[in-house]
Amino acid sequence: MTKVDIVENIYEKVGFSKKEVAKIVEYIFDIIKDSLIKEDKIKISGFGNFVVRKKRSRRGRNPQTGSDIEITARRILTFKPSQVLKGALNRKES
Amino acid sequence: MNKAELITKVSEKANVTQKVAKVIVDTLFDGMKESLEKGERIEIRGFGSFVVRNYGGYKGRNPKTGEIVDVPPKKLPFFKVGKELKEMVNTGGA
Repeated sequence: MTKVDIVENIYEKVGFSKKEVAKIVEYIFDIIKDSLIKEDKIKISGFGNFVVRKKRSRRGRNPQTGSDIEITARRILTFKPSQVLKGALNRKES
Repeated sequence: MNKAELITKVSEKANVTQKVAKVIVDTLFDGMKESLEKGERIEIRGFGSFVVRNYGGYKGRNPKTGEIVDVPPKKLPFFKVGKELKEMVNTGGA
């Protein structure tokens, strides 16, 4: 699935042109991205949460050379799927 | 930001009613959920991608009672952050 398929799904439900829908889909991801960049998490009930986590600087090792290096402090984005989504992925075969 | 707040922002930015914005946002995430249910990969340019990973079952232990329990195989969605967004989250968009 890509944005094209998402646009198609929405197009079938609202009376807008595909161009208009494509623009709105861009807005949605832009709003989500802006929020995450500001470290504000996104909670979508029934789907999951996107959370920015702060990682402290730590000692690491270059696995190729074995030399000690410092892994700098960083912020990383993680996705935690909701129970509903996890359930949906596992119900069919069980 | 939760889904209701996202819907409000989308309605403001796209200049559509709350009701329409809700249909759009719900359709977007429902579609993504259905796609993952089918085991498909989702790729959102400029955001990231979702894949379904299969995990094998194993014998686990109930940490409280020490009882051996069978943990069945399961599927979990995994989100891989896009390069651009990963960088922006880390730098705070600077």
